[in-house]
Amino acid sequence: MTAELGHFALTLALGLALLQATLPLYGASRGQTALMELARHTAFGQFVFTAIAFAALTRTYLVSDFSVAVVVQNSHSLKPLLYRLTGVWGNHEGSLLLWILILTLFGAMVSLFGSSLRETFRARVLAVQAMVGAGFLAFTLLTSNPFQRVWPPPLDGAGLNPLLQDPGLAFHPPLLYFGYVGLSVAFSFAVAALLEGRVDRAWARWVRPWTLAAWAGLTAGIALGSWWAYYELGWGGFWFWDPVENASFMPWLAATALLHSAIAAERREALRSWTVLLAIIAFSLSLLGAFLVRSGVLTSVHAFATDPERGIFILLLLGIATGGALALYAWRAPAFAAGSPFRPVSREGALLLNNLVLATACATVLLGTLYPLFLDALDAGKVSVGPPYFTATFVPLIAPALVAMAIGPMLAWKRGDLAGALGRLWAAALGAALAAGAALAYGETLAALGLGAAAWIGLGALVEWAERLRLGRAPAIEVWRRARGVPRAAWGAGLAHLGVAIVVAGITASQCFQSELILAMKPGDSAQIAGYTIRYDGTAQVEGANYHADRATLAVLRDDTPVAILTPERRFYPVESQHTTEAAIRTTFLADLYAVIGEDDPEAGRTVRLYHNPLVPWIWIGAIVMALGALASLTDRRLRLTMPVRRRQAAEA
Amino acid sequence: MSTMKLSAAILALTLAFLPMPAMTALDATEMLADPALEARARALAKDVRCVVCQNQSIDDSGADLARDLRRSLRARLLAGDSDEEALAYLTQRYGDYVLMDPPLKPATWILWFAPAGFAAIALLLGLRYFRRRE
Repeated sequence: MTAELGHFALTLALGLALLQATLPLYGASRGQTALMELARHTAFGQFVFTAIAFAALTRTYLVSDFSVAVVVQNSHSLKPLLYRLTGVWGNHEGSLLLWILILTLFGAMVSLFGSSLRETFRARVLAVQAMVGAGFLAFTLLTSNPFQRVWPPPLDGAGLNPLLQDPGLAFHPPLLYFGYVGLSVAFSFAVAALLEGRVDRAWARWVRPWTLAAWAGLTAGIALGSWWAYYELGWGGFWFWDPVENASFMPWLAATALLHSAIAAERREALRSWTVLLAIIAFSLSLLGAFLVRSGVLTSVHAFATDPERGIFILLLLGIATGGALALYAWRAPAFAAGSPFRPVSREGALLLNNLVLATACATVLLGTLYPLFLDALDAGKVSVGPPYFTATFVPLIAPALVAMAIGPMLAWKRGDLAGALGRLWAAALGAALAAGAALAYGETLAALGLGAAAWIGLGALVEWAERLRLGRAPAIEVWRRARGVPRAAWGAGLAHLGVAIVVAGITASQCFQSELILAMKPGDSAQIAGYTIRYDGTAQVEGANYHADRATLAVLRDDTPVAILTPERRFYPVESQHTTEAAIRTTFLADLYAVIGEDDPEAGRTVRLYHNPLVPWIWIGAIVMALGALASLTDRRLRLTMPVRRRQAAEA
Repeated sequence: MSTMKLSAAILALTLAFLPMPAMTALDATEMLADPALEARARALAKDVRCVVCQNQSIDDSGADLARDLRRSLRARLLAGDSDEEALAYLTQRYGDYVLMDPPLKPATWILWFAPAGFAAIALLLGLRYFRRRE
């Protein structure tokens, strides 16, 4: 019964989405308030019915209802409760339902917080949001129904891929989808603005909080996925330029550009039409990512034929959404008046540079990701585009933005003083020189560039704060008064830049100063890595909830004093008949000692892989700092979602 | 692993963004005694794709085929091949697909030169923005 209830609720949600996608648009063009108001209620209805469907699906997993096909394929009665729950979105059908749940949640939030929006504009935003929703609901119901029954029901399910039975990964999709789908709001705002023919400062101010929220989710989701890859895949890497990773990275790059250009649009009415275009592109890249990972083109172009229905459906959705929005843009955007002029060296100029660099880098990632597919489709040969290509192209392309990142916030609007800004950044320049010099002393040129950039950006953010507070130049009481007056958005921007500096330092140090040791060990053997002695004390068999494991015991000693015990495991999941490796990691937040075990050879001993990864935790710490920066900006008074119209106008005057 | 289970695993893995798992990558027993030769083998293996995996190098992959490729790569180096000769040996058998770093040739000209083109376009757009204003 539960499954049928869910199916029915989902169908009702589609009906509401279709109503919401059409009637309010008609109402907005005819000035009929009742039709426009309809959207506010259907948006809630869509969310409520999708939530009922999601709850129904969750229940079928929790009670292990093996008459439902997806539960049979992805669950098992012996699986721990947490993974029965997260298994709901550990497959195509369930994750699509999660996607729709978040999409309708955003629609309901626009309805809830949108009381300050113009009536016609709000109706159009919600109608566009419902078009996207209707597309995905139809996709689920027509090609990927999660409530499909099987007859006769089997005694037990096939289990969930053991790699997905991990807390880090359990919460990676919800965060990532929050980001992907959150960008749909920016998209709806952009299309609605094109329909209205009006893009003003208020528009940019409305778009920013939604983009900030989506960007925070995307940043955290990508970081969580990369952290998972680091500890679960077992060779100490954290980013592989895998097409599926790129699928999440491209919307992130576009959303980062959008966040910055929206600042120029809001404060100076500059770059408005470009901001609209970026909002369209950012969500289109989310859809492209969905297409890439769900159609099967990634594993092979020919896998497309194994499930052509799904692939073609998303491609159609992508074509209609992106094509329609871009056509509307080409038609309406030329009519937008240019904003206030500015000099190349100015805050707007720096934001423009950020956008051009991010757009170039994003285009390159897109090219590298799609190139093998195109070449294969054209029968022009098979190539692989791996990490060496992306490092060779992406890193030099993004470098100018890293240099400009510290300078931009120091420039005035309209016309900036470059020499003055550089002069005030002397401390950051000194720090960068010291960091680069220290790396050069170790003979690492690349590390000198990376660590120099990290110090420059990080200290640059601190200098900018110090300038705002007149730190060291004004009495403490004055500094305190100024600290309270600094807008949250300025704290947020500084934090986000500081986060980038931390990430850059982490990536550079872990790439340039990693130590690695692979060897076969017998109980009692010792090995030396990065000043530590690692003693192998043998392997024991242990039983987990739904797996057996070989657990090795490695004693970590420093100057003959034990400092830690590492217990890496090799697990076997009998239900899925798969092995996984579980790394053992000892972190000091300045470096990780990382151990995994391989097979046991009767003659040589057990293969042990040891890594010493300096600053690697900084990659994830930096990502958290970046996301916190976005959240700090979200609490800024200027961006408060429910600010009434009259007060905002008064504030602007 | 049966084909069906493999495709199910691939589907599950591609939902978020997951490379294929390492069951057991490079084993200590495969490594060469000569440290210099082994270092060359490691460096080469990191840029050779495991052709049955999803975007994994043979150095990272636990697939049987990856192990075979690692062994033949080391065998070529032991036999006195240069790095280029060892890679050529692999590309003769598996095509350019086996190289993580795509070689420069007519079919990859767009791939390698377009990023510079993107940067040039961005620069021109930026310049034009200001020229139009003046």
